[in-house]
Amino acid sequence: MKFDTPATTNPIDRMTLVGQPLDRIDGRLKTTGKAAYAYEHQDAVRRHAYGYVLGAAIAKGRITAMDLAAARAAPGVLAVVTAANAGPLDKGEMNTAPLLGGPQVDHYHQAIALVVAESFEQARDAALAIRVDYARAEGAYDLAAARDTAEKVKQSASATGDFERAFAAAPVTLEATYTTPDQSHAMMEPHASIAAWDGDALVVWTSNQMIAWGAGELAKTLRMPREKVRLISPFIGGGFGGKLFLRADALLAALGARAAGRPVKVALQRPLVANNTTHRPATIQRIRLGAGQDGRITAIGHESWSGDQKGGQPETAVDQTRLLYAGANRLTQLRLAVLDLPEGNAMRAPGEAPGLMALEIAMDEMAEKLGLDPVEFRILNDTQVDPNDPKRPFSQRQLVECLRLGAERFGWRQRNPRPGQARDGRWLTGLGVAAAFRNNLVMKSGARIRLNSRGGITVETDMTDIGTGSYTIIAQTAAEMMGVGMDQVTVRLGDSSFPASAGSGGQWGANSATAGVYAACVKLREAVAQALGFNSADAVFEGGEIRAGNRRVALGQAAGAAELVVEDSIEFGDLDKRYQQSTFGAHFVEVAVDSATGEARIRRMLAVCAAGRILNPKTARSQVIGAMTMGVGGALMEELAVDRRHGFFVNHDLAGYEVPVHADIPHQEVIFLDETDPVSSPMKAKGVGELGLCGVAAAIANAVHNATGVRLRDYPITLDKYLDRLPELA
Amino acid sequence: MRTPDFAATRRDLVMGATLTTAAVATPRRPGARAAAADTPATGPGAPVMKIAFTVNGAARTLDVDTRTTLLDALREHLDLTGSKKGCDHGQCGACTVLVGGRRINACLTLAVMHQGDEITTVEGLGTPDRLHAMQAAFIKHDGYQCGYCTPGQICSSVAVLEEIRAGIPSHVSAELEARPQVTPAEIRERMSGNICRCGAYSNIVDAITEVAERPA
Repeated sequence: MKFDTPATTNPIDRMTLVGQPLDRIDGRLKTTGKAAYAYEHQDAVRRHAYGYVLGAAIAKGRITAMDLAAARAAPGVLAVVTAANAGPLDKGEMNTAPLLGGPQVDHYHQAIALVVAESFEQARDAALAIRVDYARAEGAYDLAAARDTAEKVKQSASATGDFERAFAAAPVTLEATYTTPDQSHAMMEPHASIAAWDGDALVVWTSNQMIAWGAGELAKTLRMPREKVRLISPFIGGGFGGKLFLRADALLAALGARAAGRPVKVALQRPLVANNTTHRPATIQRIRLGAGQDGRITAIGHESWSGDQKGGQPETAVDQTRLLYAGANRLTQLRLAVLDLPEGNAMRAPGEAPGLMALEIAMDEMAEKLGLDPVEFRILNDTQVDPNDPKRPFSQRQLVECLRLGAERFGWRQRNPRPGQARDGRWLTGLGVAAAFRNNLVMKSGARIRLNSRGGITVETDMTDIGTGSYTIIAQTAAEMMGVGMDQVTVRLGDSSFPASAGSGGQWGANSATAGVYAACVKLREAVAQALGFNSADAVFEGGEIRAGNRRVALGQAAGAAELVVEDSIEFGDLDKRYQQSTFGAHFVEVAVDSATGEARIRRMLAVCAAGRILNPKTARSQVIGAMTMGVGGALMEELAVDRRHGFFVNHDLAGYEVPVHADIPHQEVIFLDETDPVSSPMKAKGVGELGLCGVAAAIANAVHNATGVRLRDYPITLDKYLDRLPELA
Repeated sequence: MRTPDFAATRRDLVMGATLTTAAVATPRRPGARAAAADTPATGPGAPVMKIAFTVNGAARTLDVDTRTTLLDALREHLDLTGSKKGCDHGQCGACTVLVGGRRINACLTLAVMHQGDEITTVEGLGTPDRLHAMQAAFIKHDGYQCGYCTPGQICSSVAVLEEIRAGIPSHVSAELEARPQVTPAEIRERMSGNICRCGAYSNIVDAITEVAERPA
């Protein structure tokens, strides 16, 4: 199905199941330990062995010698795989550095060997017996030091009007530099795979957000036909972008299984994850704002510097600044430096998350300079069209409504605009706000649907559920379309033998994948109507029946003795070019800062989101509160500490890389505005999982400023950065 | 990193563990299933010991590598993969199980240290058809997303309510002598060893609170 004109009325609009806050259909499996994750499909393979990964101990250079003798002789060892004996390997299109290094080493903890043994303990013991000699090379590990070597990139660059002149002429200006650190996805399930060969065909149970990408990349890397590779990933223990691509666990499991002649399980050991896999790159951001005394922005400029491995990509931190606020004169520019740190890549809301961490502090600072309320300042500079191309409207844009409703619900009027004034016992308290913005992306997505003689519906698509609720919203979509109950629908996901879907990334999954299921259901409705002699245009699907006039027939009769199987996909036309499709929100935060110790605590959080039709308010709300929690991490604690001499992230485990825990998070409130967006898809939905993160950290930074009077521009906001600047103790 | 005295250290461990077994050998209970001499996850040449414990009410005996953690014994030997390996270093709480009713990180303890112990995993609390009240509350309040930390959160939650009932104070209890109450602050403090990167904390506290307030 081609989607190239805005949606009109369709069966989803009934909203009997879609749009309802239903419990997850996979909840009973997840809460009882019966959902099988990548490393847990041991029932599917026989006599599997265990792999243990050895990571490079240098960041850049060469392996000069590798002594495998002791490892090979160790009890239980079946094989030791290295680049020297793995056979010729290609590199995936989406991998910057090879997944199996050697003799060249591209980054710290790049995998350089896999030991396969009868048991996990034996593989681990033998891996520690490998002796590696390195010739270490000089590398670049410091973004600030490499800043001047960074080159301009075309991506996200824009220039509208005459920014420099307008900024110079503006009566009120702000120029400030902000920094965001490298961050780690730190999903709870480490990257893990089980690989099994059957002749020249390979099956890999893995943990991957994008099944079709992963299968293609694994085939390319192993130089084998794509159709000989099958990936299976029914449950994924979190991804956040860290499992978008083929990673070393899957490749090494395949190589290890080939070498050992047996299925092999590999999980990246937790201390490897931060340096072996991808991370969100650090940024240095320069923001310049110019406005008239009336508070209207006349010049808005945002430049960002980031680094990556040679051939890598920039963190697109200026993206939102192209579209979020009005202003005739605009400039955005990215610059990319070559660094020898591990590979940078997408983490939840790539671009917008770090970009808004900076821009939304700048907006707070500018409001203060103008003597305007930060909510009103943002409302004043709203735009309903693409500011770079005013003929191009937003499909929906309710940022102002989000801000106004949020301010009312949160009690924004209680905020003292003079910072450092509000006290609650020993605590300095403050309120902060930030806008949330994330573009809505759409991706081609397919599904296959089976109708059996009992009227049961089975949906098959390689879509993944990384905690997002895909199982549930896909079941809701199919049940709504076919007029059956939720208990009549079975959803099977994450298998490359199913039709390729949008996958989980860029908050495109929910809208695109359910739209693909919608398309397949439209086809099934046609097939059912035809089989049972109905005219599909005036047939109603309800209560497990197809009905027209006085005639009604149970759906299952269309299947007959066999199954009725259809397959289709949704393909998107140019509506995303004719309209700017984005999602909006407003975050409100109350913080308390200990007046003596500087300890910052989050007291209240509210998000108001406008993101199209909300397919399941229960799971969507969880996406948003989870993103708000990650935003607390970004604001107050998350930072991969760079060893600038040896070139690696030092705090590479879950004790050193701090993420929020229960005690850090208060009760959280989320409000979804009533919105449908017929331009986005037949579902009229958009993404929400990344929107919830965008702006949170800045709202917290602004609240800390309101509480203490200290303006902080370098994340994370830890008390060592402001303890000496707190107000005098009374 | 190998150290020169590693071999001696390992020998000491094996010896010590062997003595432990001899001292606390327990009779086999009805329904016990003896594992094969070499279970799939224990290779030849490994320092192996026989242990017997009770898991989810059933007596189990195993021949395990003395280096095998309780977590790997459950996951790789007994196919109880409900308990998760998130970090293998006691940092995340995904492997939380109950031993003698108290919660521990199963990755931080060796299987051979649990001769005779009563172990409960998430599979022992309830099943998809017969949910434990805490499991049902997690579903109702959407106290999870990806589900990987969930078994640990649920095992911890059950133990937390028992700890509060038993009067065990926490860091946030106002007084050490007074009985702690089930408050959001107490729950958050006691649950902070269980990381949820999906960030379901607010919903998890709602789930635990509901179970706590339900009449026993």
